[in-house]
Amino acid sequence: MSAGLKPILELQEITKAFGGVEALRGVDFALSPGEIHGLVGENGAGKSTLMKIIAGVHADFSGRFILDGRETRFRSVRDAHAAGIAMVHQELSVAPDLSVAENVFLGNQPTNRFGFVQWRRMAREAGEQLKRFGIDVDPMSRLGDLPIGLQQLIEIARVLFSGARIIILDEPTSALSPPEVERLFATLKRLRDEGTSIVFISHFIEDILRVSDVVTVFRNGRKVAETRAADTSKPALIEAMIGHGREALEETYTHDIMLPPPAEKPVVLNASGLSLARSLRDVSFDVRAGEVLGIYGFMGCGQLELARILFGKLKPDQGSLAIAGEQKAFRSTAGARRAGIAFVPESRRDMLFHQEPVYKNISISVLDRISSLLLKPSREREIAARQVDQLRIRPAAVELDLGMLSGGNQQKVALAKWLSYPPRLLVLCEPTRGMDVGAKDDVIHIVRDLRAKGLAVIVLSTEPETVLSLADRIIVLKRGAVVREFSNERISKDRLLEAA
Amino acid sequence: MTSGESVTVPASDRKRPHRLAVMLRSQMRNIAPFLTLICLFGFFAAASPSFATLDNLGNILTQISVTGIIAVGLTFVILCAEIDLSIAAIANVTGIAVAYFTLQESYVNIANVPMPGWAAILLALALCALLGLVNAFGLTVIGIPSFIMTLAMMQIAAGISALLVRGQIAYKVPPLVTTLGSTSIGGIPWIVIVAALMLLGGHLVLTYTRFGRYVYMVGGNREAAEYSGLNVKLILGSVMVISAVCAGVGGMLGVAHFGSAQQNEFDTYLLDSIAAVVVGGTSLFGGRGGIGNTIVGLFVLGVLNNGLDHVNIDSFLKILIRGLILLAALVINVYAQRLRERTAD
Repeated sequence: MSAGLKPILELQEITKAFGGVEALRGVDFALSPGEIHGLVGENGAGKSTLMKIIAGVHADFSGRFILDGRETRFRSVRDAHAAGIAMVHQELSVAPDLSVAENVFLGNQPTNRFGFVQWRRMAREAGEQLKRFGIDVDPMSRLGDLPIGLQQLIEIARVLFSGARIIILDEPTSALSPPEVERLFATLKRLRDEGTSIVFISHFIEDILRVSDVVTVFRNGRKVAETRAADTSKPALIEAMIGHGREALEETYTHDIMLPPPAEKPVVLNASGLSLARSLRDVSFDVRAGEVLGIYGFMGCGQLELARILFGKLKPDQGSLAIAGEQKAFRSTAGARRAGIAFVPESRRDMLFHQEPVYKNISISVLDRISSLLLKPSREREIAARQVDQLRIRPAAVELDLGMLSGGNQQKVALAKWLSYPPRLLVLCEPTRGMDVGAKDDVIHIVRDLRAKGLAVIVLSTEPETVLSLADRIIVLKRGAVVREFSNERISKDRLLEAA
Repeated sequence: MTSGESVTVPASDRKRPHRLAVMLRSQMRNIAPFLTLICLFGFFAAASPSFATLDNLGNILTQISVTGIIAVGLTFVILCAEIDLSIAAIANVTGIAVAYFTLQESYVNIANVPMPGWAAILLALALCALLGLVNAFGLTVIGIPSFIMTLAMMQIAAGISALLVRGQIAYKVPPLVTTLGSTSIGGIPWIVIVAALMLLGGHLVLTYTRFGRYVYMVGGNREAAEYSGLNVKLILGSVMVISAVCAGVGGMLGVAHFGSAQQNEFDTYLLDSIAAVVVGGTSLFGGRGGIGNTIVGLFVLGVLNNGLDHVNIDSFLKILIRGLILLAALVINVYAQRLRERTAD
């Protein structure tokens, strides 16, 4: 609590369980007016759950909820809105088919006295608001046509300018480029100075330290620390989050990384002259066995499309792929899988079956290898149990529905499904996005293991740390074209950002 | 289901009743239709002495057989989160086709093409499979939503039916079809046996084969199925063909069962089949449910239709009552889905 102000919002002894599993255990939380409150913790520590309680998403919890000194209880998100509380969720939730202006004013379009929408006024005001936020787009353009990073910014802008007095941001920066993050932070600070209270959840601890006044640390559904941001440091916060230091973490954030000389191993995949509509222009590269190729670029640089071409989901307009020297034109993702390519998309939701047990999620990609006509459930469970064990997926229960696992563990399942019969080439999109340090560390080790076994790996990411901590060689994509390749040299985060 | 919270399942006794509740909630989809069935059965048994008899049970079984056969294939389609509105029309055209290729009595005024019984059956099956393939092609290759594609197919199949019989009625079908459709063995109608076998077959395929697993996975999350390297289009195409062939078999036996082949004979079977699948608890959003649910749904419909004939109410009111009870069952279906989602959150 800062400056002895009376808190605007106070939660006491909050406990919340999902299906008999406690996500929050007796948590106290207070938010002062005009404060940016940073929230850190590993995946599954309870941050998002607590925020969803505040935003009225979860109405069913025990404990006291005190707003403006009065005990209250939201029954829905609508109640929370009415009380001036708004939240930007981790996943993008915009209406891609509506215009930018309609998205900015979603739910409260300006109308005249007959109830008709005032389009011109809406477009003008949306344009002005976005410009204040440093976004210069045509307010009448279709939102879905814009790059994802921009869409996320517009969603954030909508909430920031909605007039809410308590704003919750859950991982708002993961899809943003550094200049976009700067603009976001400047806006947050301005809103704070105007008296708005902001809760800011992020895995980027530097960001938390830069922008927050107060930082609260969660671990395992409990609040383990609350401190002024000025009085703490990154190592101290990480210590509080995970309880002990981790080695790969240090590596991830080292400033200089030495890339090894190119391997003399055979080429597994050769891409030449790949072009796709507005997304990719003449992209060529190859990747060798036992090598991790990092492909770095800002959101919207064409990575997502490139990855989908590699897995047969999109067809390039021009250019070709060769696997181990053999030309391939995939007609479906099944073709790419049979050619020995494995793929993990950037969004876990697109990769996993939340209502199915863990073992079915893992076995799905190898069913045709372990069974012809009839299923062999015991063999599936055996394979799944082995992967769960090797990748340290917790809880180690293959019968549990996938939806019951934390985000980091779900990401491991998304990897696990490809590893029981190792592919020749593994394509990973944003393998560590939204993950806590512990789970990141695990993923880094898994990828290194696979490389040691001779797999070719392509890691596509918009996070420099991810590429730097994993790759042996890095190519940088900018507006759909390869602009730089780093190999056999020293590289730092700064140089990588500079190249993009 | 965003950053689903970490799970440490505590073994403390305090939690046990809670976990039972969770299990019950997640099974709601299967329990609710079954409870509906028991309630309906109990009600009609109490309301009418002629309802809960062995004879009448036989009636109910026979009455739901044709719907049951058609619903097998539809279950596959709905599990994939698609829909097939052409099933009744395909059933009709297949029934008419098998009669068209059979020698009719001289008084039947249809320019038909008589053939040996086995050839007539094969041709009829080929026809429904072909129509299913057209559905599959439209859905997967061209990319027409199944709702629209099968709506068009409904008209196409009805059109072929009209051209084949030209307003007339045919009566004869091959002997094998007559036997299976309208005779009994040991007191059990063949059509009930065929329906039971097809339902069993559908269940085995969905539960124990790789294809069945793919059907559930495609329905559960199509994007994820594709990113897992499944040939989603092939699976969707297959279920459309399976649906059409099941409808065709139902149509052939139905014609034998009713004793005639004519236009618009199966119109009520479209809604009945969809209702049976959905009332049974198979999710319209795909990935949840199965043949077991369809069987319960068939019985709910069968008991309802049959039972209303046993109680003494205004026959014009019956249609309304039937609609209301179906609505109630659907409301339960949607709530069951929500409860489950909340549990999995």
